[in-house]
Amino acid sequence: MELVQRARQGDYRALARLITLVENEEPEAVEALQELYPYTGKAQVIGITGPPGSGKSTLTDKLVKELRRDNKKVAIVAVDPTSPFTGGAILGDRIRMSDLNLDEGVYIRSMGTRGSLGGLSAATSAVIKILDACNFEYIIIETVGVGQSEIDIVKMADTTLVVMVPGLGDDIQAIKAGILEIGDLFIVNKADRDGANRVVYELKMMLELKSEKSAWEPPVLMAISDQNIGIKEIADKIKEHFNYLVESNYLEIKRRDRLEKEILSIVSMKIYQQIVRKIKREGKLKEYLDALMKKELDPYKLVKQIFAEMKDN
Amino acid sequence: MSENRIRVLVAKPGLDGHDRGAKVIARALRDAGMEVIYTGLRQTPEQIVAAAIQEDVDVVAMSLLSGAHNHLFPRVVELLKKKNAEDVLVIGGGIIPEEDIPYLKEKGISEIFTPGTYTGSVVEYIRNNIKRKL
Amino acid sequence: MLEKEKLQKIRKSEDNWEKETVQEALAKFKERQEAFSYKSDDFLLDRIYTPLALRNLDYERDIGFPGEYPFTRGVQPTMYRGKLWTMRQYAGFGTAEESNRRYKYLLEKGQTGLSVAFDLPTQIGYDSDDPFAEGEVGRVGVAIDSLADMEVLFKDIPLDKVSTSMTINAPAAILLAMYIVMAEKQGVRIEQLRGTIQNDILKEYAARGTYIFPPKPSMRLITNIFEYCSRNMPKWNSISVSGYHIREAGATAVQELAFTIANGIAYVEAAIKAGMDVDDFAGRISFFFNAHNDLLEEVAKFRAARKIWAKIMRERFEAKNPRSWKLRFHTQTAGSTLTAQQPDNNIVRVTIQTLAAVFGGTQSLHTNSRDEALALPSEESARLALRTQQIVAYESGITEIVDPLAGSYYIERLTLEIEERVNAYIKKIDAMGGAVRAIENGYIQKEIADSAYTYQKEIEAGKRIVVGVNKFQEEEETTMEGLLRVDPAVGEEQVKRLLKLKESRDNVAVQNKLADLRKAAQGEENLMPYILEAVRLYATEGEICNVLREVFGKYRPVEIL
Repeated sequence: MELVQRARQGDYRALARLITLVENEEPEAVEALQELYPYTGKAQVIGITGPPGSGKSTLTDKLVKELRRDNKKVAIVAVDPTSPFTGGAILGDRIRMSDLNLDEGVYIRSMGTRGSLGGLSAATSAVIKILDACNFEYIIIETVGVGQSEIDIVKMADTTLVVMVPGLGDDIQAIKAGILEIGDLFIVNKADRDGANRVVYELKMMLELKSEKSAWEPPVLMAISDQNIGIKEIADKIKEHFNYLVESNYLEIKRRDRLEKEILSIVSMKIYQQIVRKIKREGKLKEYLDALMKKELDPYKLVKQIFAEMKDN
Repeated sequence: MSENRIRVLVAKPGLDGHDRGAKVIARALRDAGMEVIYTGLRQTPEQIVAAAIQEDVDVVAMSLLSGAHNHLFPRVVELLKKKNAEDVLVIGGGIIPEEDIPYLKEKGISEIFTPGTYTGSVVEYIRNNIKRKL
Repeated sequence: MLEKEKLQKIRKSEDNWEKETVQEALAKFKERQEAFSYKSDDFLLDRIYTPLALRNLDYERDIGFPGEYPFTRGVQPTMYRGKLWTMRQYAGFGTAEESNRRYKYLLEKGQTGLSVAFDLPTQIGYDSDDPFAEGEVGRVGVAIDSLADMEVLFKDIPLDKVSTSMTINAPAAILLAMYIVMAEKQGVRIEQLRGTIQNDILKEYAARGTYIFPPKPSMRLITNIFEYCSRNMPKWNSISVSGYHIREAGATAVQELAFTIANGIAYVEAAIKAGMDVDDFAGRISFFFNAHNDLLEEVAKFRAARKIWAKIMRERFEAKNPRSWKLRFHTQTAGSTLTAQQPDNNIVRVTIQTLAAVFGGTQSLHTNSRDEALALPSEESARLALRTQQIVAYESGITEIVDPLAGSYYIERLTLEIEERVNAYIKKIDAMGGAVRAIENGYIQKEIADSAYTYQKEIEAGKRIVVGVNKFQEEEETTMEGLLRVDPAVGEEQVKRLLKLKESRDNVAVQNKLADLRKAAQGEENLMPYILEAVRLYATEGEICNVLREVFGKYRPVEIL
């Protein structure tokens, strides 16, 4: 595919189009991804999550500038929620990264969650592959860590940063246990605010209590992003974590694991789509529902029947 | 099962800080089902075009009330052309005197929306004039 | 009869009136709407207001007398019987020469104070030759790069007689320093200077957008100015806490007051934290509000503002000097209400807004020109806007009595309700940790944007009528003739002048002063003396701001849409 070649040569317009194909679930997307797959596997994928107002975008902005010192290419995927009612979204994370717009070694893409079943993590994982194959050495995925789907996205990262901030109300208590489990690095941002030390202390306490322990003990770091304080330490820890993953062989395990989940999810998605398409094509849904409502049929029998018909085809 | 969304970059070029219009438009486009990328204030034409390319938007919508439109709007069109992105629809809004509009249109800004415009007409204009097929 | 009995009697009569007279009328003739409200703040309005509306009101406590606490009726005992408000038209464009000419024109036509509009590069701390300034030099105001431009701007204007207001915020200290040195060179002593520097950074973050530095160093610069002015400039207002732009950005009347007063509280707290005594600076705090179309709501808003501020200063900050309790304010009519359609209609809107400001007891007023939805005001439009003020001042008769609307059941009720709603907001912002934090979290910006969007949707749904826009439109719009055009050559001219200046001054001395400033900025001293020194040697605004940008960093906006 010409688009793939251009994208791999560093043409951002081609790269951007490829991502759109994936987001729109166009048939060409599959073809492109097939072509790109052999080139994947080199990038370090970094997930950044935290509540709204924790300063994730500013932190990302500063972190990218730090990572760029080694002249490595960085891509950022900023995910914002899509309105479930209108399907529209305002994607505003670029505002705090506008200095990066003109850096030729940085690519930023804003994505809406678009809310399709399982579609978001599938799309994100495909976007990561595209960026990886297009020679980005760091791929940062930024999301608001509130819902399950956001946590699912972050699980695609090799290294996950959880960003906290003092003074957002109930602080730590409010974090879902899930986030505590997925963090490889914890950042207490805006550390010049009152209460920063308390947040650090509480985080450390909770991490102590974690049941599963591994050789990597997630550090809790303080930062004041808008003054560029603490950013270098974060970048160093990110690199250190990647080395740990490689040396411990945990990276391979993690990625294998992820592939397994991904394959299963794609397969189930495919089956789901086929069945839905079949039902819609045959226009039998209404008929089925009538029968179910009248108790002429039960759901379990119906499902069996549908699967049997699928097999016959 | 393709699921296409119109993507719009709402941009504030120049130093002008009046963003009421830009924010209202951003919300209206969102409520019309579009994906809106908002750049925030003080963007140079170069930054706007870089964002438009990276985000693969269908539309660049600029708002400016400082009077620098004749300078900044055409510059964005020019740079898009340079990046082979002529298929991006460019529109503008703000305090723009009637007599400047022919010049701006000649320079490739497809439409100019002045004070009093309904957000609904902007939505409709975008839907009818997008250059790329969905 | 006892007060209580009297009220009971009125209630009974009102009930009867409702049941009989009103119902009879409604049977024949329905009202235009099911319910009436000020759409902006959801005040559900009663059909009439009676003494019952004032039952919780204590005249002495809540209304009082003009010139006395809580100043609901005005900050001066005689108000416009003593002295009319200052007619102060915001103006400035192009080069310093052109603006100087416009100022003299306005003074000649009877304007009583000046108000300087700076171009965007000046407001954001860039010299005219900076790449960021391209296309913006002299556009929305005058370009001032150095003391040299300031000298031209005020040439032959008697600064001991005319008061000057300067709309400058992030780099306020620099422009104030230029003004002081320029006046000194004219032979006017610093303590004679009268005027106002806007110096209100918080509303820049929240609504207007001409910020440079992050909140912390910005608040330091502001308190530096407070301190300097309190020592050296007894007649100078060291800040103009501005609701105007918050309202223009879409806020409701209540939000305008609430966010402005919350910002005011933040400044007072910062100055006290910096070691100042509240009575040393509070008397020099002034305010700046918007006058919108809802005439009576606006009047009540201004009255409520005075009362709320007086209480805050006296009770919360324990200011002792009555001067510190007084909320003095400038008003500008609402630019956002002007329409590009049928521009002459704007003259009428501005007249209504002028009435609101005057009934509300403003200390100075800018009236917008009819062509401002189209371009910068032409000379003719600016004169007409000034004439509007003069007609209200000299022909309407409303200036002969102090606070003539006081005692209106409705006005007093609304004043009270606005006060309550504003206080609820302030309480909420206090709980967040104050206005600075509320802005850093994006709360205030989001509140404003929500209101702006609601307003627009109401217009599009026809729930809010704007004559000429969604009702009574004309098929053919008449085009305005004679709009002001800023000559695009202004930028080049200004750049040439700047380069010449940089050649002719003592550059070594300038660099030395800038180095001193940098050192001081890294420490904790008051920066005003250092800025004055640099300015005196014709260091440019951009050079000074660059030093401060390096030390302080740049602000990153928070937008939650």
